[in-house]
Amino acid sequence: MEKLVVIGAGMASGRMLEHLTEAGAPYQITLFNAEPRGNYNRIMLSPVLSGEKTYEEIVTHDDAWYAKRGITTRFGEHVVGIDRARKVVVGQRGEVAYDRLVIATGSAPFMIPVAGRDLPGVVAYRDLDDTNTMIAAARPGAEAVVIGGGLLGLEAAAGLQMRGMKVTVIHLMGHLMERQLDASAGHLLQKTLEARGITVHCKGATKAILGEKRAEAVLLEDGTVYGADLVVMAVGIRPETRLANDAGIEVERGITVDDRMLTSDPAIFALGECVEHRGQLFGLVAPLYDQAKVLAATLMGADAAFQPVQTATKLKVTGCDLFSAGDFAEGPGREDIVFRDPGRGLYKRLVLEGDRLVGAVMYGDTADGNWFFGLIKDRTDISEMRETLIFGPAFQGGATVDPMAAVAALPPDAEICGCNGVCKGRIMEAVAGGADTLDKIRATTKASNSCGTCTGLVQQVMALTLGEAPAEAPAGMCGCTDLSHEDVRRLIKSRGLKSMPAVMQECGWTTPDGCAKCRPALNYYLLSDWPLDYRDDRQARFVNERNHANIQKDGSYSVVPRMWGGVTTPAELRAIADAAEKYDVPMVKVTGGQRIDLLGVRKEDLPAIWADLNAAGMVSGHAYSKGLRTVKTCVGKEFCRFGTQDSTGLGVRLEKLMWGSWTPHKVKLGVSGCPRNCAEATCKDIGVVCVDSGFQISVAGAAGMEVRETELLATVATEDEAVELIAAFTQAYRENARYLDRAYKWVAKVGLDWVKAQVVDDLENRRALSDRFDLSQSVYRKDPWAEHAKPGARDEFAPLADMQLEAAE
Amino acid sequence: MTNWIDIAALVDIPVQGARLIRARTGCVALFRTHDDRVFALDDRCPHKGGPLSEGIVAGHTVACPLHAWVFDLNTGRAQGADAGTVATYPARIENGRVLVGSAIINRRPAPVPAG
Repeated sequence: MEKLVVIGAGMASGRMLEHLTEAGAPYQITLFNAEPRGNYNRIMLSPVLSGEKTYEEIVTHDDAWYAKRGITTRFGEHVVGIDRARKVVVGQRGEVAYDRLVIATGSAPFMIPVAGRDLPGVVAYRDLDDTNTMIAAARPGAEAVVIGGGLLGLEAAAGLQMRGMKVTVIHLMGHLMERQLDASAGHLLQKTLEARGITVHCKGATKAILGEKRAEAVLLEDGTVYGADLVVMAVGIRPETRLANDAGIEVERGITVDDRMLTSDPAIFALGECVEHRGQLFGLVAPLYDQAKVLAATLMGADAAFQPVQTATKLKVTGCDLFSAGDFAEGPGREDIVFRDPGRGLYKRLVLEGDRLVGAVMYGDTADGNWFFGLIKDRTDISEMRETLIFGPAFQGGATVDPMAAVAALPPDAEICGCNGVCKGRIMEAVAGGADTLDKIRATTKASNSCGTCTGLVQQVMALTLGEAPAEAPAGMCGCTDLSHEDVRRLIKSRGLKSMPAVMQECGWTTPDGCAKCRPALNYYLLSDWPLDYRDDRQARFVNERNHANIQKDGSYSVVPRMWGGVTTPAELRAIADAAEKYDVPMVKVTGGQRIDLLGVRKEDLPAIWADLNAAGMVSGHAYSKGLRTVKTCVGKEFCRFGTQDSTGLGVRLEKLMWGSWTPHKVKLGVSGCPRNCAEATCKDIGVVCVDSGFQISVAGAAGMEVRETELLATVATEDEAVELIAAFTQAYRENARYLDRAYKWVAKVGLDWVKAQVVDDLENRRALSDRFDLSQSVYRKDPWAEHAKPGARDEFAPLADMQLEAAE
Repeated sequence: MTNWIDIAALVDIPVQGARLIRARTGCVALFRTHDDRVFALDDRCPHKGGPLSEGIVAGHTVACPLHAWVFDLNTGRAQGADAGTVATYPARIENGRVLVGSAIINRRPAPVPAG
């Protein structure tokens, strides 16, 4: 029978021996261990330290286990050398010959080379002896400093704290467990630990351990001193390679092994924390168990290859619920899904790369950790469940989980609609009261009536209460019709409907003159489709567009004159200043769109202030419209040393082309003169970034309730081309989008590829769209202020009658 | 018995729109609906004080411009889930002129139920 010698009785070699002996492999086995004991579960040292478990409870292989398998144990005996020429292992108490040798020496704690590290009272945290030293030192009220805020250090800190010590954790990096956690989760972890009485000092570099006969304090580089009866070094581990080194086996950072776990010597294998496989070291147990399986197979003559897998981490500290798996560094092509609940101290972050989950960090509620870990390991395509992914398996479809479970579990006072403060119980009451469609729920409770992002949840609560899916909510654009926005747009064009009564008649409106929801939409559709035939209906407009100013909460208005591309003149500024004084404007404010806002103007003063601004050559800035708002620019090559094109000039040209146009929702542009992007063009509806070779035109950005970066539409060489392309894109948006959809929402619905096909690839269509935009602009590119400031038109901004002086009867 | 005050010509109020009457204790909105009827209500939404005269008029309702509460012009009562009432005043049309009850001159702040 061949002789197999194993050096080291840790968890990896223990697992390998299990595989070998279970299969009845014909080896005569000798097992060396420097510790005077066999294999125990090192991962469970933390509960032993904290007192939650005893050593006996964490023993994996006791004496009887080795005896039963005929394994000769040499515990408590150091191996002093390997003689490869004679194939013998030299122990302190004698030699053992081998046919095959397995080195499983594990790792050694890294002791930072500071003064005082050899003092009594300074320990590492690696094995049972270290643990016992710490337990012996852990008198209640005594002080402990743990150097290292990683997994091991925090487990040590928590254990010592549970034994009554006053514990400080010194961590070199900016947040705890930086290898497993991102900064947010690290922050929550720190808060939890601090709440338990543990002091955490991040960005702390240890300078020296102070003390005469034994450790007394720890001094940091910043001068801080923490008293310490016990100092635990837990800054890291490194592979224990001394034996292999001395024997002349190839060693890099660890003992290098191939996929079969074979070292550079054909008779010697290695596994566990002491090895380096394809440049990688290993510290967590899962890959070590894989190595054990592979090595057992290799030793039995089977083909096996080790392939490192993703690992997941859970911190074993009672009360700190954290989980991390995979790779959560930010990077190009990576996207995050983040869920936070500050009140409950919850944080979850998923990192996506394309349709795959590549990393997960969770704090506070890690119940779904293993499910996410499975998705990472299996490289599951998550595109189908992306929207609800972060809520875990309870929210996903499929036979095994109830998609309603998560909603069913919510208490009645759980808030469903944040905008209107509607809780689950209120929705259930409304359903019980007969509201069986989404529209009825909206009408009775206001839930999902504002931003609409809770609509899915509201529908689930309804389904839960009804016991079935809610009656199909009518797809209609409002309560006046069952036709959708898209249907109505189509009919307006195909049947040539050119007035609001015509649309309502031909489409079977159930109300005489519509409602506050459909009238503004219809007004937009009609003026956009029939610019020459239809006349804008002021009474179908929301107050701001009707009065060409933004209503404020006290009923006053704000007035924003246009500043083309954000460029103004002393004369304009003077006129603005004069107007502000003349009309007692309470606040003059610079807007985010590079112009000046006069806030708090009385309605009856609007025509007069407009007339004054008109007289100085200024027109409405349409700061109130679903239309072209601003074109934000940087100074460009005229002044800026980095500018590549005349970005200011292009911005002014675009604004002069597009001002006054009505669109489904507001449209903001930005033109930056170089990729430094000072005009923040890449979060606008349409953004232009100038480069040496031309103009990068990107679309569908947003920086409001949602923040989105634009996507590249096309790069063009000339300014003329840029202008035509932007006009064509705007017109495509005007003709196709649903009212109140921002450009990014519309692009998401039709797809950027479709948009490109319309306005980039098809040059003829681009030209036609641009021509139709020009035609519409021939009607709408005019100043509404000038019209309403005309003497005869001013009256409607004034009261019809003033009864304040009438005598009381 | 209602005393009527002649306010203005009907054509001075836009169809599906409103104009204001400024009174001593606040403003009254005078609405004209699609079917050429007129209604006088306090120009103050009981919710957050929005000027109802600036709302969109549809049928015999008006939607407050601030948060879209919808009020019945006949009763002044909020529709749907919202609870609140706006004071109403008599108003009528005679020979193309709009007449409003004299109550608006001396009106007290509308009896506003909490809402």
